[in-house]
Amino acid sequence: MHYDCLIVGSGHGGAQAATSLRQHGFEGRIGLLGEEQDPPYERPPLSKDYLLGSKTFERILIRPPEFWASRNIDLLLGKKVIEIAAEEKQVVCAGGATFSYGHLIWAAGGRARRLSSPGHDLSGIHTIRNRADVDGLVGDLADARRVVVIGGGYVGLEAAAALTNLGKSVVVLEALDRVLARVAAEPLSRFYEQEHRDHGVEIRLKAGVAGFIGSEGRLTGVVLQDGETLPADIAIVGIGIVPCVDPLIGAGAAGCNGIDVDEYCRTSLPDIFAIGDCARVTSAHGLRIESVQNAHDQAMAVARTLCGELTPYRATPWFWSNQYDLRLQTVGLSVGFDETIVRGDPAARSFSLIYLKAGAVIALDCINSARDYVEGRMLVERGARVSAEVLANSGIRLKSLLAA
Amino acid sequence: MSNFTVISRNGQVVSVEGRAGISLMEHIRDAGVDELLALCGGCCSCATCHIYVDDDVQPHLPSLSVDEDDLLDSSDHRRPQSRLSCQIPFTPELAGMIITLAPED
Repeated sequence: MHYDCLIVGSGHGGAQAATSLRQHGFEGRIGLLGEEQDPPYERPPLSKDYLLGSKTFERILIRPPEFWASRNIDLLLGKKVIEIAAEEKQVVCAGGATFSYGHLIWAAGGRARRLSSPGHDLSGIHTIRNRADVDGLVGDLADARRVVVIGGGYVGLEAAAALTNLGKSVVVLEALDRVLARVAAEPLSRFYEQEHRDHGVEIRLKAGVAGFIGSEGRLTGVVLQDGETLPADIAIVGIGIVPCVDPLIGAGAAGCNGIDVDEYCRTSLPDIFAIGDCARVTSAHGLRIESVQNAHDQAMAVARTLCGELTPYRATPWFWSNQYDLRLQTVGLSVGFDETIVRGDPAARSFSLIYLKAGAVIALDCINSARDYVEGRMLVERGARVSAEVLANSGIRLKSLLAA
Repeated sequence: MSNFTVISRNGQVVSVEGRAGISLMEHIRDAGVDELLALCGGCCSCATCHIYVDDDVQPHLPSLSVDEDDLLDSSDHRRPQSRLSCQIPFTPELAGMIITLAPED
C-alpha cells in the first residue's frame, strides 16, 4: 500500500498532522499508523480524569471514531514499525506489512521507562502511558490499599493526587532531593511536596529503589536502597519515557535521545519529518519537549509545509498539570534560568514562579493564577526585562509591564 | 427538540443534538468540527475552544469564572459574546441557540 503521507504514531501529534493536512487541502492518500488498537485519544487524562473514572474512554477521544474515515484518513491500528528503508521510502511493520510513502511524519512518541531492578516483572507494578496501562491499573485498584509511586515528576504526582482522592494510602519516592527537579525550580518543588503531604501523601526524597518483593507473583513491597521495605499492593513507575526512535536511527537518521530535527521538523533523512515527544529540535534549544502543545503545534507546522507553505515551528511552549484543586499552567521554557522570583503567596495557593535568564523573563509556572499565565506569556514572548521587585509585586498586573 | 447550531470558521452550519451535562466543547468536537482544538481536553487550561454565544441565551449560561475570563483575555478575538465552550454544559434552555467558533489565535 502506498501513502502520499504516512504518519507513524497515533497520538496527539499524529492525529493533528492528519487533520491539519486535510484542513490545508492535502489531497493525497494519508495513513495514520499506531501501535494501539484505539483511535487517537488524549493522553493527559490518563493520569487524571480517566484514572479517576470521571471520564469514560469515549470522552477522551481526540475526534469521534467516524471522523477519520470522513476525512479520508486511513487508520492503520495495531501496527508497529520495525524498519524503515529510507532509500526505497518504505516502512516495514512487525508481522510483515509494508507501506511505501511519499512523505513520512514520525510521531511515535515514547514508551514508559521501566525499572530493571529485581522483581520488576511482578504483577501489580504499573506505568501510565497508554490506555491499556491505566485499564490494568484501575483493574488492580479495587483490592489495593497501599500504593507506592516511583518518580516525583508530573505523571507520578498527578497519579498520587488521583489515588489519594480515591482513598488510597500513597507514598511517592523521588530519587533526587526534590520533586519536579527536572522541570521546575525549587520553590515549585517545595510547594508541591507540602501540598501532597497536606493531603496525606508521604513524600520520600533521595529514595532509590533497590527492587520489589512479592508473593505468588504479586507485588507485596518495594525495597529501598537503604534496605527498608515499604509494603505495597501497587507500584506505579513514573520515571519518564524512552523515545521510540529505533527504526529511524536504524535507517540512519541523526539523533540519539530523540530524532534530531531542524526548525521545520525535518530529520536528516529525505522526506522524513519527526514531531512531538521524540523530536529534538537542534536548531533551537536542543531538547525534546514532552507536551501536547509541542506535538500539536509541530504537527500543524509540518502539515503547512507539506501543503506548500514552508513553515518553521516557533510556538511558545505551554503546559498544564492538575493535582487536587491546583491548576498549574506553565509558559515558556525555564531551561538555563539564572534567577527565579516568587510572585504572590504560595501559602494562599495562588502564585507564580517567574524564571529569568540574564535579566529577561523566559518562563512562568503559574499556580491557580490564569491571569499571570496569560499576561506572563507576553513577557516571555518579548523577552521582557523587568526588575525583580516589580515582578514580585502581585499588585502590579504583568500586562502593565509590557510597555516598560 | 434539543438541537442547537454550530457555525464553523469557514461558515459551515452544523446542527448538533444537545446532551444534557456534556460540555459544548465535546458537542462541537463530536460533531466533527475539526477547527476546534480544545487542546487541554476541557479543563480550562488553555483557550483553544473559544466560541461566541448568541446574546439571547447568555442569561442561561453559567457565569464566567475568573479563570475563564482571564484565559479569554489571551485571545485577540475576544468579544462580549466570548466563552470557552468547555466550561458550558448543555442544558435544555440552550436548545435552538447558535454558537460560532472564534477565529484562530
